[in-house]
Amino acid sequence: MLILERRVERARLWMWASPVLALVLTIIAGGIIFALAGVDPLHGLYTYFISPLMDGWDREKLIAKAAPLVLIGVGLAVCYTANVWNIGAEGQFVAGALLAGLVPVYFSGWQDASVMAVMLLLGVLGGLLWAMIPAALRVRFHANEILTSLMLVYVVRLAYDWAVRGPLRDPHAMNFPKTVRFDGWQVLPAWGEIHLGAFFALVAALVLYVVMVKMLKGFELRALGSSPRAARFAGFSEHRAVYFVFAVSGALAGLAGACDVMGVSRQLQAPYEPNYGFVAIIVAFLGRLNPIGVIFAGLLLALSYMGGEAAKVSLGVSDNIAKVFQGILLFFILACDTLILYRIRWQGRG
Amino acid sequence: MTPAPKTPPLLEARNLVKAFGPLRANDGVDLTVAAGEIHALLGENGAGKSTLVKMLYGALQPTSGELFWHGEALTIANPAAARALGIGMVFQHFSLFEALTAVENIALALPGDFDLAALSGRIATLSADYGLPLEPSATIADLSVGERQRVEIVRCLLQNPRLLILDEPTSVLTPQEAEQLFITLQRLAAEGCAILYISHRLEEVRRICQRATILRHGKVVAACDPRQETPASLARLMVGGDIHAVRAHRDVAEGPVRLRVHELSLPPDGPFSVALQDISLEVRGGEVLCIAGVAGNGQSELFDALSGERVADYAHAVEIDGLPAGRHGVNWRRKHGAAFVPEERLGHGAVPMFHLSDNVVLTRHAVDHTVAANRRVLRPGARAIADRVIAAFDVRKGKPDPEARALSGGNLQKYVVGREMDRNPGVLVVNQPTWGVDAGAAATIRQALVDLATRGAAVLVISQDLDEIFDIADRIAVIARGELSAAHAARDMTPEMIGLYMAGMDEAAAQAAGEGGHAHP
Repeated sequence: MLILERRVERARLWMWASPVLALVLTIIAGGIIFALAGVDPLHGLYTYFISPLMDGWDREKLIAKAAPLVLIGVGLAVCYTANVWNIGAEGQFVAGALLAGLVPVYFSGWQDASVMAVMLLLGVLGGLLWAMIPAALRVRFHANEILTSLMLVYVVRLAYDWAVRGPLRDPHAMNFPKTVRFDGWQVLPAWGEIHLGAFFALVAALVLYVVMVKMLKGFELRALGSSPRAARFAGFSEHRAVYFVFAVSGALAGLAGACDVMGVSRQLQAPYEPNYGFVAIIVAFLGRLNPIGVIFAGLLLALSYMGGEAAKVSLGVSDNIAKVFQGILLFFILACDTLILYRIRWQGRG
Repeated sequence: MTPAPKTPPLLEARNLVKAFGPLRANDGVDLTVAAGEIHALLGENGAGKSTLVKMLYGALQPTSGELFWHGEALTIANPAAARALGIGMVFQHFSLFEALTAVENIALALPGDFDLAALSGRIATLSADYGLPLEPSATIADLSVGERQRVEIVRCLLQNPRLLILDEPTSVLTPQEAEQLFITLQRLAAEGCAILYISHRLEEVRRICQRATILRHGKVVAACDPRQETPASLARLMVGGDIHAVRAHRDVAEGPVRLRVHELSLPPDGPFSVALQDISLEVRGGEVLCIAGVAGNGQSELFDALSGERVADYAHAVEIDGLPAGRHGVNWRRKHGAAFVPEERLGHGAVPMFHLSDNVVLTRHAVDHTVAANRRVLRPGARAIADRVIAAFDVRKGKPDPEARALSGGNLQKYVVGREMDRNPGVLVVNQPTWGVDAGAAATIRQALVDLATRGAAVLVISQDLDEIFDIADRIAVIARGELSAAHAARDMTPEMIGLYMAGMDEAAAQAAGEGGHAHP
């Protein structure tokens, strides 16, 4: 029978081979799903994974989609490295979008460079403050942050929905649940489809890479995540670390939210459920919780969104196929990660 | 000599051996337990008591040897088989689901289908009957430790045990709860149930047990009637009369007091934690003070308070080189010349998944600018220190800078001790420096501790190993139930006195120390 045998050390090779194997297995599983849906598997896979990369406009769109995933994903990678489980980045994203969106609604005439900075800062602040709630609940009451951060997603979604349908609604919008359109300095500069958010994502990934690999802070977070007792012996405070990683991941998610409404939709609309915050969880794991790895993982998951749309248009398959692919991918990564600490051995019954 | 019994004993073990690799945890153990007796199993930590009872309960399989139940040879394949025979066991650490009620927990352990209402009735009757009042519908999380133990005992009693094994049952009980337990046990014995009772508390054993089997280093060294013995003679049997002559002590220069603990008290921080009560001690530069004691009497709590992982209520509770350190954390204490080696090397002294060089950063980042500066980790500096420690302490490893968990216990312990020695600290606090370490590594570590003291450092060693203590100590104190005895010069101490202190009989021990002082002027 097959047995799992614990390795003496973690296998470096499998740290990076595991996501590749997971991707291959996802493609195979995807082919089977296409076949079951009555689509030629090769044509289906081509449409899903290759066709979105074929023209320049699509490639720009891919980067634009990847930007929020990377921005949120690097924050979550830092969080998960410290063994703190912020599952509520989606809520922090929406909180950032909502707070940034207040400015054009109430100060529509404010038109200079400062309004852009203020809106981005409000986005950061919104995500950060929303993330402080699960952090404080964990530190003060030992409340499980997985549950609290996730539940707060639904709270902020409802608050957002109420605000956009109520006090923030554009009176001239024919009763559609949306705000006024952002204008001038309230919109992020863009190059084709790619807006400033992509730049922020790149900077955040590089900065956090340096912090995690070179700085004592990164050492502290890795120690806390791997062995809390030893980290306490090193004099690191677990409470401070919980606040720190929630602040970083919340702020980045909030920034991503502000960038999304300032760069893509250019207004607040309801319902607003982009799910970037949830998909970024997959991005963080696929990127091995390494900020540089997260950049590549973000691009891959952005492709899964694009592929879903392409599949819908040219294959007539529901674009929920994207969620299926994302789920299968996460499942295979977690399974393949077993190989980092274990090797598979065949052993005859004896 | 007792006359040969006409009926075979309830349980007999002959020549039981249990080997873990090269270590023989049980080495030819013989044991007989008769129906209706309360039989004590005595021995130091690591003497093999737990291994023996786990074999009797089917949780471990003997490497060789035979077991007889009512005179018939058998093997006990697993705990379920043991329970089917009528062997019940109450572990020191309970196996209860906290979120479930008492009756649900008990139902889970019983074979076959169950009817919770009927079972609740049986539990209520049985527990009242045996003087172990228990509310079947109470959630475990809401129960005190003593009440949780009752759930475990009642769970055993429901299966009409012929033999009940209790592993240090009173270690978690208040004196009143212990009294109640003794009454229950005596009643059970009167009904013909045999009880195998593991304890370190010699007074208790003398009070309720008719026979005692004493283990040392995996072998039975004596079987006696504890009622005919004194606590001192039992302690002597436990720790062995074969302790080597105390080595000639170094001439200790009367250095200044470098570590002082003054009336340190801390409440317990968990259900199995021990409160520290009014602990005071002084360690001078140049001396090794050893704190003896049976595990779980406050050693790790004391270590955490000394290292600053738990800060004290007031600043002068701990002083390092005369500076009040009680309110400061571990890195402040390190900056002022102290170093610490905890008991658990993997997961406390070192991060298992970190390389040895990163484990240098773990305890040095605040005190060594070659390891971390300007908020950056300096890997070359850390690597240089790791290499130095590896060379100085002959740490054997597979590749240049392996993860900590890849090292054997002895090698990692040498590394963790060496990492702190390398700083040449003025105060060193070590908890169980050679626990689970092979003899060669142990000798290296002990020598390093003595050498450090010789260079003028104050060395505090918390240990359960009496051989080790007599090997390296200048002075010895004993910790029992969170209280620390007076420290006596090692030459005035005997294993018997340490045993008395362990049993909490301080006056008798102090008296013996006084006599010892007269005997060896």
